[in-house]
Order: sequence, then structure tokens, then C-alpha cells
Amino acid sequence: MIATKALTPKATMGGGKTAAPAFSKEVRPRDKKSPTLPQRIRNLFSAGPVMPGESYGAPGRGKSLAISVVTATVLLLLWYTVTAAGWISPLFLPSPVAVVERFWEILTDGFAGASLLEHTGWSMYRVFGAFALAMVTAIPIGILMGVNRVARGLFDPIIEFYRPLPPLAYLPLVIIWLGIGEVSKIVLIYMAIFAPMALSARAGVRSVAIEQIHAAYSMGASRWQVIRYIILKSALPEILTGMRIGVGFGWTTLVAAEMVAAQAGLGFMVLNAAEFLVTDVVIMGIVVIGIIAYLFDMLMRYAERKLVPWKGK
Amino acid sequence: MSKLQIHDVSVVYPGLNGGEQVRALSDINFTIDPGEFVVALGASGCGKTTLLSLMAGFISPTEGFLTLGDSQISGLPRVACGVDLQDQIDGPGKERGVVFQKHALLPWLNVVENTEFGLKLQGVGKKERRERAARFLKLVGLEDFHRHPVYQLSGGMQQRVGIARALTNDPKMLLLDEPLGALDALTREVLQELLLDVWKETQKMMFFITHSVEEALFMASRLIIMSPRPGRITHEFRLDFNERFLECRDARKVKSMPEFITMREEVLSIIHGDETVGGLH
Repeated sequence: MIATKALTPKATMGGGKTAAPAFSKEVRPRDKKSPTLPQRIRNLFSAGPVMPGESYGAPGRGKSLAISVVTATVLLLLWYTVTAAGWISPLFLPSPVAVVERFWEILTDGFAGASLLEHTGWSMYRVFGAFALAMVTAIPIGILMGVNRVARGLFDPIIEFYRPLPPLAYLPLVIIWLGIGEVSKIVLIYMAIFAPMALSARAGVRSVAIEQIHAAYSMGASRWQVIRYIILKSALPEILTGMRIGVGFGWTTLVAAEMVAAQAGLGFMVLNAAEFLVTDVVIMGIVVIGIIAYLFDMLMRYAERKLVPWKGK
Repeated sequence: MSKLQIHDVSVVYPGLNGGEQVRALSDINFTIDPGEFVVALGASGCGKTTLLSLMAGFISPTEGFLTLGDSQISGLPRVACGVDLQDQIDGPGKERGVVFQKHALLPWLNVVENTEFGLKLQGVGKKERRERAARFLKLVGLEDFHRHPVYQLSGGMQQRVGIARALTNDPKMLLLDEPLGALDALTREVLQELLLDVWKETQKMMFFITHSVEEALFMASRLIIMSPRPGRITHEFRLDFNERFLECRDARKVKSMPEFITMREEVLSIIHGDETVGGLH
């Protein structure tokens, strides 16, 4: 009988109170209104109560935009403060004001023999040219690797071998083979984009639900119809993800591609400025590359929402 | 019309990591005659779905072979063993429509596009496709949902699209893997009657898997009861409750007939007997 009584919640709470009075509400009434710091930290990582329209326990639930804005603002303020106070030499870190001023200057007067628009135009031509080439080659080859064992056996060792290599490692070889003109620059970026795009297309093909293929065959589909109406459609979400990852690799490789014998380009501009220790131009170039890459990624995400609304459902 | 025959079929799945082999089906000999409504009943893991996959052509038997009329559906070629086979289909075909346990709809198509998909594959014109799809969507009660994305529908509605899709394609034989399991009781009864009407009207061969004893008795012209480890057919009954329903159009009356209740108890005792044996081993 006593054992049963002790199991009721009331008895347990009472026991807890006498054993550890420090945690009881009578001693610290403040707990009722505002949570303590450890509690707030714990709340950040607990499932927490659900807002209307959300579902309980979904990972990473809730909005994060406000936090991101705060992060960016704090970083910019910190940058401004340390430079305005003169704690860091402008050679290492110029002030944001100097960078913006340099942006206007180069926008009108240019840098190293080309205007900012020319630099940007050349870089976009190289990255998006390589991206377009990769789209018309990597996606078909990736799909072929998914649906055909011969194609998979043929391309798998080639892609898997060069994929982890840093582009700088095979840059000299590309230059020896293709010279120092535009072709070698675009090919270098193209190679960086090709692998992730082909592998995503292949993974997309592999992710098709076998029931959907069976259903199509049971309705009289030919092999070609199954590829066209089921496999290609099913692979589309992953192909789009591959395109996003691919163009990211393209921007990453841009600076390496513009290292040798470039007359213009954002990567060239950054490298050239670094040689003459014009740090504000270096930072400006990085920011411009970042903004263009980000805008294109937003465009891709918009396309994703329009083209594959069923993704993840 | 042609009949579907299963000749000495066994299906053995290889064991995991060199473990024991699983005999999913053992020495099945079975024929579905033209116009028959066959229902398979049995506990989970007794090979019902494996049997359906064999008929659909999604898997091949380890031993034996299957024929539909003069064509071999799957298994090694057996021209020499006394069956005169004219051709080999080997695999799925549009003469055997399938309704899947998990609808298997295409999320990039809306309800009507999913329903008419088979006709589109066969090159039927858009106007005719839409008309035929609309007819069956109306029958399953989805006439107001033509343009809805299928991933926004409830599970029961998705399953109804799957049934409409199979019917629109007008196969000779329908293979249904627990098609009504996800539906609410009312819709379930409506669709039971719909399937019986389609069967009566078109004389399609039906192979229908279910967990519900009552549904099995109500739908079947022949009921097979299967038992696991190894999967085999243990009992077979010829029934006519579906015919009685088609005469009187009163499902509740049929389901409360004394013969129906007696039969239900008999089938339940068979299944429960099986479960006890399974539990003891």
C-alpha cells in the first residue's frame, strides 16, 4: 500500500520539495515569470510549443530571418568600429566606408584597365558559359549513368577520380593542353561544375520509387516512356539541386581560372589588387562575387519552387 | 477469354548475410478462370503480395512459371513441358492493371492527369482520355477534384485515384493489393459495391488482397486463405455472396445472412488457428 502511494505524482512532488527546497517555487517566485538563462538556452533546443500552422517536433522549426539580420548588422558594426577606432591598419582591413567609396570609383573609372562592369561581365560569361555547357552535358550523362550500367561503368571511374582534386592541381595541365586563352578558363570551371551536376542527376534517377515504375509498366509503358515520364520527372528535384551546387563550385573555381593571362574578370581584379596590396578592392571584389552568386541561388530556389512543387511531399 | 495459370511456383528470397533463405511461396498451383473474382486472405507475411507481384510480372519465380492465356508471363521458358505457349510477355503488361497498397501516384501530375496516364501512354487523344477518366473519377466520387495536386489529397482519396486510374486503363485483369485498407468505413463499402459492379459489367478477372474477413466473403467468388512460413494456399472456398448482392443490391442484408455469419466464423477460426500455431513456433 505504501509503495503505491509513493508512486502518485503528488507524493513525488512533496518528496522532491523537502529533499531539495532550493528548486521549489516558494523559494524563487521569479521563476514563474521569466525563465533563467540555463532555461532559455534549454528552450532554444527543446521541441517547444507549436505556433498555428506548424507541427510539433519538426527539426529546425521557426523563422530565422531576424537572427540573420542581427548577425549581419553586428558584423558590419564590428567591422566599422575596429576600423574607425584605428585598431587595425587599413592595409589589413580597410573600413567599410573606404570599400564603398572604392566601389563607386571603380564603377566609373575602372581598375587595371577595365571597368567594374567589364570585370563582372567577363566573369559571368566564364561561369555561366561553363554552367550552360555543363547543363547540356553533365545532366544527360548523369541520367544515362543512372539508367544504363555501361554508361555508369564508363564514366564512374573518370568522374570519381578527378572530382576530389582541387582545380588548381590540374590547372597547369589544362593550360598546357588548351593554352592560356578563354577556352582553358571555361574548361577549368566547366570541370568543377560537371562532377556535382552529373552525380546529382545520377542520384536523382536512383531515387525513383519502384512502385511508380511498376505502375507505368502495368499501364503499358515502354522502356523509353518510363524514362521520359517517370524517371526524368522524379529526378528533376535532385537535378535542380545539382545545378545549384554546381554553379557554386563554378564561382569557387573562378579565381583559379583567372589566375593565368586574364585581362579582365572579378577573380583577376582581386588577384591584381592583392599584388599591389589594394585591400579595399580585394574586399570589394569578394563582396561582388558573393552577391552575384547569392542572387543566382535565389533565382534557382525560385525555379525550384515553380518547377517541383511536390518536392519533399 | 484467357485464364491465368500458376504452375508449381515457388519464390525463395536469399537470406541476409548468408542467413537462412526465406521461402515466401512454396509449390503454388492455381488457376484464375475468366470472369472470376478471387480474394486472397491471410496474415501478414504469408506471401499474398508476392503472389500478386508474380501475376503482375514485377518479380520472377524461383521455380515454376505463370501463363496468361497462350502467353507466358514469367519464369523460365517452359515450351517443352506440355503447355503450348505462343509467346512470352515476361514482365508487366497493360492487360493486367494493378492497384497498389500505397497508391504509387505521380506527384507531378494532377488528379485527372494521373487517371488518364495509361491512355496517354497508349497514344489515346486528349478528348477521349479526359472523357474516360472523368467517368471513373465520378464513380469513385472525385468529380470535383480533377485539377487538384495528388500530394494534397488525403490517403483515402489518393487510393481512390489509384483505383480510377487502373479502371480507366481498362485491363483484362485487375490485381488489387489491399486497395481499400486506407479508406473510411463508408467509402470502403461504396467502393466494394463499385468494384463488384465493374466486375459484373466487364467480366474482368479480379485478384484482390485484403485483411478483412468480411470484405473477403462479400467480394469473392473464390476465396483462398494463405498461411505463412512457407507461404502457401491452405484453404479454398467457392462463394456467391457477391452474386446475391448484385441481385438484391442490399449489402447489409447480404452481410447479415445466417450463411454469411456462419462462413465468417469458420474463416475466422481458420485464421486464428493459424496464428496460434505461428505464435507457438
